[in-house]
Amino acid sequence: MAIKAKHQRLVLLVIALVVLVGAALLAAWALRNQASYFYVPAEITANPPAPSRGVRLGGMVEKGSIKTMPDGVTIAFVVGDGKATVPVVFKGIVPSLFVEGSGVVAEGHMRPDGTFEADNLLAKHDEKYVPREMKDMTGEQARQVVAETK
Amino acid sequence: MHGFANPARFLRLARWLMPVCLVAGIAIAFAALSWGLFVAPAERLQGQTVRIVYLHVPAAWLGMSGWMGIAAASFTELVWRHPLAGIAARACAVPGAVFTAICLITGSLWGRPAWGTWWVWDGRLTSMLVLLFLYFGWMALSQASEAADGGEGSGALRAPAIFGLVGAVNIPIIHYSVIWWNSQHQPPSITTGGSAMSGAFLWPLLIAMLGFTLIFAGVVMARMRAILANQQAEARLRRKAMAEGN
Repeated sequence: MAIKAKHQRLVLLVIALVVLVGAALLAAWALRNQASYFYVPAEITANPPAPSRGVRLGGMVEKGSIKTMPDGVTIAFVVGDGKATVPVVFKGIVPSLFVEGSGVVAEGHMRPDGTFEADNLLAKHDEKYVPREMKDMTGEQARQVVAETK
Repeated sequence: MHGFANPARFLRLARWLMPVCLVAGIAIAFAALSWGLFVAPAERLQGQTVRIVYLHVPAAWLGMSGWMGIAAASFTELVWRHPLAGIAARACAVPGAVFTAICLITGSLWGRPAWGTWWVWDGRLTSMLVLLFLYFGWMALSQASEAADGGEGSGALRAPAIFGLVGAVNIPIIHYSVIWWNSQHQPPSITTGGSAMSGAFLWPLLIAMLGFTLIFAGVVMARMRAILANQQAEARLRRKAMAEGN
């Protein structure tokens, strides 16, 4: 009995789609390191980029690490990812969401002394959305925010 | 599956379902945006700028859903040659592209205060821009193959259907871009495992997504009706021309 044409088309198309998705997954796997927007501190410290090379460093601003230099416009802070930390200096205006304990992406280069000199800072906000007023929160979220801001 | 093979049945359904979707969608979206813009609280770090989420996230959802609609219609077209499939795909393209553009524009406006930049070339933003270009390419191909085919026959539908299926590969890339790769854009807030977004933001957002989805469905039905009406008018003109020619 001959296979009905539409069944044949269905089988062929499903095979084609499986091959296509497989190819896409292979491509994404090959890109897994190249397509990242920044390096995390663990990658920077394990394999420091040459001082002449522009790179991006992303991570969390360590609590209590932001310090303003005597000139008043240069700030120093530490970026960490839980495994390693990198000291950063930046001269300029910081974005308003740049706060301790929050995410940051710094564009710049590594100095030979191991300090990251940033030319540009971008704030990164996390996936959590929490109201400003604590009274609007459930007990668990309020505890979470209190724990975060300590 | 072929219950709607006869466009007349679809047209009977769409005649009342389209205005219901549009009116309900506009009312729900208006209510949700009012809630989000005037009642919902400010965010702890972002403050008032968080309110753009009520437009940005529904637009992202519908931009991606629009292409999934094209892909599903393309699959139906290629396997079953369903007479409404090609029309449904064409009807999804323009609203899908419009919502993708709204997502990119609102995201850019949000990025300036939140991140300190209008645009970065990270995985999420780049793959979403690729989606907009895929829509433009699909619309151009769809029109070109229709023109080449004289508006008749399924040959006009084959090439856009293959493009529609291949382009769907970009949808999981958009979704996983923030999980696979370090990116400027944050990971998803709403996942199947729960929500990292407090209920005060989540509820108006979910209702806004429902409202805009109904508007999208209404627009797709309106466009399908318009395309069918156009085809009928053209067929009638052709018959008339032939009758006069004899």
